[in-house]
Amino acid sequence: MDHKLIGKDFVVTDIEAKVTGRAKYVEDFRADGMVFCKSLTSPIPHAKIRSIDTSAALKMKGVLGILTADDVPQFPPPAQGIFAKDETFYVGEPILAVAAESEEIAVAAIEAIKIDFQELPHVVDPLESLFPGGPNARSGGNVAAGQIKLQTVKWDGADFATAGETKLPLGRPAEEWSYGDIDAGFKKAKVIVEENFVTATYSHNCMEARSAFAYWQGGKCFLYGSNQSHTAAIANISRYIGIKPDQLVFLAEFCGGGFGSKIPGYPNMAIAALMSKKINRPVMHRISRHEEYGIGSARPGFQGYVKMGFAANGKMVAADLYVVQESGPMATAGDFRAAGGALTLLYQPDAVRFRTVPVLTNTVPVGAQRGPGENQFVSVIEPMIDQAARQLNMDRIDIRIINAPDSDGKIGQDRGPLTSAFQKDALAKLKILGNWEERKKRSGQKNGTKVTGIGIGQGFHSAGSNGFDGLVRITTDGKLHIHTGVGNLGTHSHYSTARVAADLLNVNWENAIVERGDTRRGLPFNSPQAGSLTASTQSRTMYAAAMDMKDKLTDIAAQMLGGKPEDYVLGDEKVVSKSGGKSITYQQAAQKAVQLGGKYSGKEVPDELNPITKSAVAMIVGTGLIAAAKDKLPRVGTTPGLTCNLAEVEIDTETGVVEIKECFSVVDVGTVLFPLGLGHQIASGQILGIGMAHLERHIYDPKLGIPAAMGFHQSKVPTYLDIPPNIQWQAVEKPDPHHPLGIKGVGEPALGSGASCITSAIADALGGHLFNRTPVSADMILNHLSGRPPAHKPLQVNTV
Amino acid sequence: MSDADSNKTEPGQPSLRTTRRSFIKGVIVSGVAVSAVGYVVYERTARRPAAGAVERLITLNVNGRDRRVDVAPHETLAYTIRNKLGLTGTKVSCDRAECGACTVMLDGVTSYSCSTLTQSVRNRKIVTIEGIAGPTGGLHKVQQAMIDELGPQCGFCTSGQVVSAVALLNRNPKPTQDEARRGMSGNLCKCGAYDHYLKAVMRASQEA
Ligand code: FES
Ligand code: FES
Repeated sequence: MDHKLIGKDFVVTDIEAKVTGRAKYVEDFRADGMVFCKSLTSPIPHAKIRSIDTSAALKMKGVLGILTADDVPQFPPPAQGIFAKDETFYVGEPILAVAAESEEIAVAAIEAIKIDFQELPHVVDPLESLFPGGPNARSGGNVAAGQIKLQTVKWDGADFATAGETKLPLGRPAEEWSYGDIDAGFKKAKVIVEENFVTATYSHNCMEARSAFAYWQGGKCFLYGSNQSHTAAIANISRYIGIKPDQLVFLAEFCGGGFGSKIPGYPNMAIAALMSKKINRPVMHRISRHEEYGIGSARPGFQGYVKMGFAANGKMVAADLYVVQESGPMATAGDFRAAGGALTLLYQPDAVRFRTVPVLTNTVPVGAQRGPGENQFVSVIEPMIDQAARQLNMDRIDIRIINAPDSDGKIGQDRGPLTSAFQKDALAKLKILGNWEERKKRSGQKNGTKVTGIGIGQGFHSAGSNGFDGLVRITTDGKLHIHTGVGNLGTHSHYSTARVAADLLNVNWENAIVERGDTRRGLPFNSPQAGSLTASTQSRTMYAAAMDMKDKLTDIAAQMLGGKPEDYVLGDEKVVSKSGGKSITYQQAAQKAVQLGGKYSGKEVPDELNPITKSAVAMIVGTGLIAAAKDKLPRVGTTPGLTCNLAEVEIDTETGVVEIKECFSVVDVGTVLFPLGLGHQIASGQILGIGMAHLERHIYDPKLGIPAAMGFHQSKVPTYLDIPPNIQWQAVEKPDPHHPLGIKGVGEPALGSGASCITSAIADALGGHLFNRTPVSADMILNHLSGRPPAHKPLQVNTV
Repeated sequence: MSDADSNKTEPGQPSLRTTRRSFIKGVIVSGVAVSAVGYVVYERTARRPAAGAVERLITLNVNGRDRRVDVAPHETLAYTIRNKLGLTGTKVSCDRAECGACTVMLDGVTSYSCSTLTQSVRNRKIVTIEGIAGPTGGLHKVQQAMIDELGPQCGFCTSGQVVSAVALLNRNPKPTQDEARRGMSGNLCKCGAYDHYLKAVMRASQEA
């Protein structure tokens, strides 16, 4: 089909606000009577809270109120609560908040509060907690995540003794699954790669900290929050505040970075809301960079073991993976499971065993970060695939092509189907784009003190969902209003997906108005803006709404001009009879809809719509022709977003500095929706992948459990100086058949392939040496080159 | 603009109007010094300085205009421009001279306003993101290039990136790509939009 808007570049509607500074983020709002609150946060990693004395603080002039755990909804442990109650689990955990006329007074009041802590043993390394007699991060246990209930798991001393210092002890897992016969697989394997690995935990470091601003009016809570999703977060935010979803007016027009840490809202949002309710004033709760480190989430690190067997042709015949996840003190991340999924999807092994234990630690709460689980996995596994290729004397891209999924590929323990996969095509294209045959000859070439490495990396994340509600409206002035509740993470997909509705309805983009950012604009229940979901999911949601609108337009035309709806087609903002001659404008149709009422004006809506969508329609009922429809289009299987990258690096053997010279990427994302935006996701994925591969990590004082990498500088986020000069990319451009327009997402896998091409390239420059650790820092490289042992123990985490 | 005077505080009620219009930037009319809402440390109003103390009521030249403003001795420039002059385009992210979100120009040279004392810039020409656009309100070529190249992602670092890029091109109108990335390297972007920002700087450098 020939599209006017889909697949075309455009000027993103809200971009001018960003380049002029007019875009308003939470801290930019003000209200008369606005006051401030600050949180008192835990100074120690694990303690009982024996008593809190706020009497002196409450007497201070200008102090307006104190909010503690007793004032806020409670969630069963080990969920992340709003405030610590009775026990605190990490440095930086909010314990209470003080509201005052100024932040200065609030800070002084916090100084005047006395808390009696009883220190408890803390732990920042999962293996220490699993050691017999090792400390638990919580009184209730040391293992939990999602369906794995809070429990205490200690491994046998013998597990540790057998493993020694270099290997992961393989004690009792909390979860285990397998398919196929791995023993038989390993027996017939020509080459076996068996390694232990570590990936570091590192902060999300959103540039906009999670400040919140709230006030109450007419029984409703008006909350300005920094959130990447919009309507998908309403239910959860309401739960934190303890109100019904229709009592929340949620305003989130811009979000200064989320990376997975701001998907369904977060507990901290409730502080401004509940404080405002308590003291009856608008409350601004600004979060400092230090506070953001504590509550701003982090990608959980892994300590792992993997054994992979390859047949002579390179096929992975068996794989055994064990992942110990550093889970922080709350059960907030399921990355470990995604690692198992990535193994089954990317290499399609004949047999797999997966074991895992998510261990609680007295470090900051962790959570999904761009490619949660898959990206930790590929960053250490992809260089091992190169090792297998070397041992088999195979081309490093060919071994990946042999194992890569096609559309008949399977995923997970249940060997579930895929909607489409063209990773083999992507890898083949990467060879051409990256001039592979010539380039690979430079592997290991020396130039003075520099040595060249060429690396390949892959990325995967499920990248499409369905079942959400679309809402579009033509008002009586003839304009198309596209209501979108996906939020604005900064990927520009809130607009690129809105254009799908305009495209399908033949509306000029200038005549389309995107309604977003404020629930009072009538925002339907849409996909979270997360997990590479939006481009695929929201475009099919828009498709569903546009088809409903099309049906209603032709229906109204038939009512006005005679004949049957099938006699009409959509023209240029007109409904035209197929036989020619007769037509009505969209404006006329909208005016007629208001007269007709019923399903045309939004008075009647399909019962299957989500309550959030129904209340959105109620806000705009009678203002034009309204189409609200649930996406019931078929989709069977996982929709994989797949990427592969090639990097050329130069390592300075005297300094250990890695210079990234060139990067190429090919992506399997189905139909390309917005080329410029896609390119931006690919490039930023490569750049953040560089951060993951050789820069960013958490550091804690091993004795005190105090974090030591709280700022941007210490946590080493990538800068302009870390990036390659030119990132080139192409798309496979094969549509996904389970999507009406063939679109799949890309956000997460782009970072995974971006990280793993760098770790692979570093290994390649060093003759295939595997560090089996992210980030690979300059000192690790130097120690290796000079024959010194590494400065850390092989499985040590968080303290190196 | 504020219509704060129409706010009536009922006893026990928040001092708040019932429309969104009450959510306004703290825009202050030029020439009138107003003490804005009280963030950390700066809530005290102007008073007559004690002998030897710093004069609090000072004049700042911001975006070509003289502004009278009440400034505490330890107040940062980011605080003053965001909260007293109502120029919220300047962002604060790290508040400790690490990220560049708060970048402004002082006499044409970039500076981290979060780590600059307002009292120290009395005689300097301060340019914030709001002063980058042309006098007729048209976009600066850097801003236009950032739109054309899809520079920003989330946008939180963008004000600082734009100010740094303008300052860079003012002193080096035709930078090489390497010079450009060195010139911009004081500005972090956690979205990783560097590649597109750099393309925008290079594009702007090619415009007349
Ligand atoms: S906010 Fe000033 S440098 Fe980060
Ligand atoms: S665009 Fe988000 S921090 Fe730069």
